Amino acid sequence: MKPRFGWLLAGCVLGVALVACAKQESGQQAQQTTTALSGKIVIDGSSTVLPISEALAEEFRKQHAGVEITVGKSGTSGGFEKFANGEIHITGASRPIREEEDALCKKNGVEYIEIPIAYDAMAVVVNPQNTWCDYLTVQELKKIWEPAAQGKIKNWSQVRPGFPNAPLTLFGAGTASGTFDYFTAAIVGEEKASRGDYTASEDDDILVQGVFRTKGALGYFGLAYYENNQDKLKLVAIDNGNGPVKPSRETVLDGTYQPLARPLFLYVNVKALDRLEVAEFIKFALANAGELSNEVGYIGLPEQVYELVAHRVERRIKGSAFGAHGSQVGVKLEDLYKIEEALEKSAQ
Amino acid sequence: MIQVVSTPQWRAREYRREQLFQLLGALIVLFALTTLVVLLTKILLDGFARLNPEFFTSFPSRRASQAGILPALVGSAYLLLLTAAIAIPIGVGAAIYLEEFARRNWFMRLVEINITNLAGVPSVIYGLLGLQVFVRTLMMERSLLAGAWTMALLALPVIITAAREGLRTVPKSLRDGSLALGATQWQTVRYTVLPVAMPSVLTGVILSLSRVVGETAPLLVIGAVVYIGTLPSSVFSSFTVLPVQIYNWTTRPQHAFQENAAAGIIVLLALLLTMNAVAIYLRNRYQKRLPI
Repeated sequence: MKPRFGWLLAGCVLGVALVACAKQESGQQAQQTTTALSGKIVIDGSSTVLPISEALAEEFRKQHAGVEITVGKSGTSGGFEKFANGEIHITGASRPIREEEDALCKKNGVEYIEIPIAYDAMAVVVNPQNTWCDYLTVQELKKIWEPAAQGKIKNWSQVRPGFPNAPLTLFGAGTASGTFDYFTAAIVGEEKASRGDYTASEDDDILVQGVFRTKGALGYFGLAYYENNQDKLKLVAIDNGNGPVKPSRETVLDGTYQPLARPLFLYVNVKALDRLEVAEFIKFALANAGELSNEVGYIGLPEQVYELVAHRVERRIKGSAFGAHGSQVGVKLEDLYKIEEALEKSAQ
Repeated sequence: MIQVVSTPQWRAREYRREQLFQLLGALIVLFALTTLVVLLTKILLDGFARLNPEFFTSFPSRRASQAGILPALVGSAYLLLLTAAIAIPIGVGAAIYLEEFARRNWFMRLVEINITNLAGVPSVIYGLLGLQVFVRTLMMERSLLAGAWTMALLALPVIITAAREGLRTVPKSLRDGSLALGATQWQTVRYTVLPVAMPSVLTGVILSLSRVVGETAPLLVIGAVVYIGTLPSSVFSSFTVLPVQIYNWTTRPQHAFQENAAAGIIVLLALLLTMNAVAIYLRNRYQKRLPI
């Protein structure tokens, strides 16, 4: 029996050796690039912000191969929890920090700087065969999605007089996602208040397929999913009292596509920011986030905002410009940070 | 009392019933197999084109066409080896103790019931336990070691149960014979029982480890990362594994990432099938040479 166990052992050793080889190879690759910067940056948080953090980490490491960066995916709330415990250096968030999270940071002596990194817009879509619905008002969306609509609003004719008699089938974000939090806050007026009788999924592809296959469908998800499936979906403009507006780079940036556009953030631990590699990473992020966000399907902020934020970082302005109140609807970042800057100046 | 009178009509009816049942059974099997074939075909069609050498040697990237599974593959391999190193000695040891040495009393029955119940606990619960115990209390942070300990906990109930089943297949006459020749209990276990039970013990161990390779939820909870630019350099390094990488890609809007996910699934499937094949091979090979 012994020689056969020998083979088994040999197999294991071979496996380890292969792994070791692969490792060495990558080590050689890493040596080709330069800079003496080293250390470790641990990033976690929102799954919405993840593609941006991943792209930033990838590009940053091309210049600073000695810095080890890991990006996790705990969700906005999970990220803040770890951030407040001091377990991670940077957390991605699809909404501003909440009061209780801010309190937890204070309790643990964790100070942070808030860094808006991009805009994310939500698209409301219908089936391409839907000829009657080109735009919806916020009130109509509220009528469809509020908890009171459950089991009652089941037909397009109930949404607006003049709409045909067609069954209304709903698709939307799963209740654990930041998208759900924001959509409910923006449309219904209260975070997490939504009817429950709709197809909910964290997997947006399921929602895309659902809307594509159901004639009377209405759904909402991130704009990037619409852009990648334009042939299967029809985009609905949103009327917030100033006429119907379709989501696009322009309408999100000029603030007319409201209330379904929201800023995404990175929160960085101030103590970690004193380390050179983290400071460099944040500098790099502010210089490149615009371009990289566009590339991964979000909307980069105006240059001006990145500059304002760079000032904030330089002068270590701590805390949240949103007063740590969680999801807020229809806030224009330029105004917010400019006002704060002005206040800061007058105080000096 | 049921009276059965075997008339031709009765026989014909029973025959038709049997035919109907067979048809139903065949339909169910056909449905299950068709679903599987459709899924596998779709995965193969989607992912096959991405299976080039670069896919195995590249790091994840925001550009789907340049992204690879190297850190995930290496992470999975390390995690598997570490988990095996922790879970096999403890699991097989516990099984030997429970089966060969332990006295049957109320405490042992309690332990047994708990082990059986633990095998049914959802894996994400193990993740939460691992996060609190290994990552936070024992300060292992989000390392390979913390992941391996969590996965070892997950695998232990299955390994213990499977190993005990294996030990139970050894006939009592062998043990009695060994003891009658003057061997101690330890010698009996070491030289008589274990060699005979080894194939089924190994099968159980490999099958439970292949479950570890496919697990995602507990690792996400304890903080396996989804992007990493370096390979683990020690047991205290951060890591990612194949299922986490696949999960990350499936949630991206761009279609090219779905192809990457499909290719990742093919690799994971191949890995799991290999492990199961090894398990079957070991079982067949050793069973033929049993000394009884």
